[in-house]
Amino acid sequence: MPARTTDSVTPEAPSAPRPVRPVRDGIALGLAVGVSGLAFGAAAVSSGLSTWQACALSVLAFTGASQFALAGVIASGGSLLAGTAGAILLGSRNSLYGLRLAGILRPRGPLRFLTALGVIDETTAVTLAQPDRESARRGFTATFCCLYLTWNLATLGGALGAGRIGSPQAFGLDVVGPAAFLALIWPRLKAGRTERLVALGGAAIALGTTPILPVGVPVILAATAALAGALASPGAQQPSAAPPDAPARRQAAAGQGPEARPGTAAP
Amino acid sequence: MTGIWIAVLVTAGGCYAFKLAGLAVPQRVLASPRVRRFAELVPVALLAALSAVQAFTSGQAFDLDPARLAGMGAAIVALLLRAPFLVVIVAAAGTAAALRAAGIA
Repeated sequence: MPARTTDSVTPEAPSAPRPVRPVRDGIALGLAVGVSGLAFGAAAVSSGLSTWQACALSVLAFTGASQFALAGVIASGGSLLAGTAGAILLGSRNSLYGLRLAGILRPRGPLRFLTALGVIDETTAVTLAQPDRESARRGFTATFCCLYLTWNLATLGGALGAGRIGSPQAFGLDVVGPAAFLALIWPRLKAGRTERLVALGGAAIALGTTPILPVGVPVILAATAALAGALASPGAQQPSAAPPDAPARRQAAAGQGPEARPGTAAP
Repeated sequence: MTGIWIAVLVTAGGCYAFKLAGLAVPQRVLASPRVRRFAELVPVALLAALSAVQAFTSGQAFDLDPARLAGMGAAIVALLLRAPFLVVIVAAAGTAAALRAAGIA
């Protein structure tokens, strides 16, 4: 495997198993997931949105789950207000991603407004899978650009060709999302026991509440697993690179940046 | 039609505002070790949840589609074999597509 750079964003990254190819992986994911825009475009138009409304959602909202949710409510003749609220609530997880990405991407000035548009599941997953800041930035940019273009073109194509497109399932595209997310958090799962427990907990919470909560809410609720993980590791910043257990925490704590502390102020 | 346009634009604005809000949170909030640890673990929890929900459910119901499960199995095997990302994706989608094409699942 090619050598890895040492300027780690996440100290646990060195145990990541695969070579780093931020641009290639980003483009691959962008193409594979972006094609699902066909399904969105087709679903939106058959739900009663116009072609332009479908495209406006993809251009401006650019977050698949929320878009599908709104189209679904419109299709079922549900309340537009409830549909809009649900779609926006679904988008709230991007806020949590942004919190994490801000420190890595550090967008400045007007660039921040463009970067914000790209803060979604896929870009977050690729960005966080990188071992250093430079690869992380390249991964984010590649994924964002490729997915944005593909998703929007596919939305237009799907909207125009609604009904004439074969099922995306025939190509196995319904497995691309779940497989990609698993592949992208895989290195983090190998990084420590806390990560594995949080991932399992998050998945269990989401699956367990799926039958009783509106679509999309269970995934947001999974954040409580992260909360539990954070509270359960008092004073721990990072899991260790080597043994996933407690002793190395102290070491990691020592590595806490000097910039910490200026204003631990409450919000 | 106007109602739908309003819903589309408000949804887009709300989703964008959430994205921007996360980026705009002052980084000193992350100075607290627990907050930082939480921010680190959130993507792990959410992406794992998203993966599980997309793999095993459809709408509000559990949906154990054999082709999709086989595709996820292929992805896990590829990951255990340390295959590159692209291979993992192709293995997953290819397995599901092949089983469906063959009419097995």
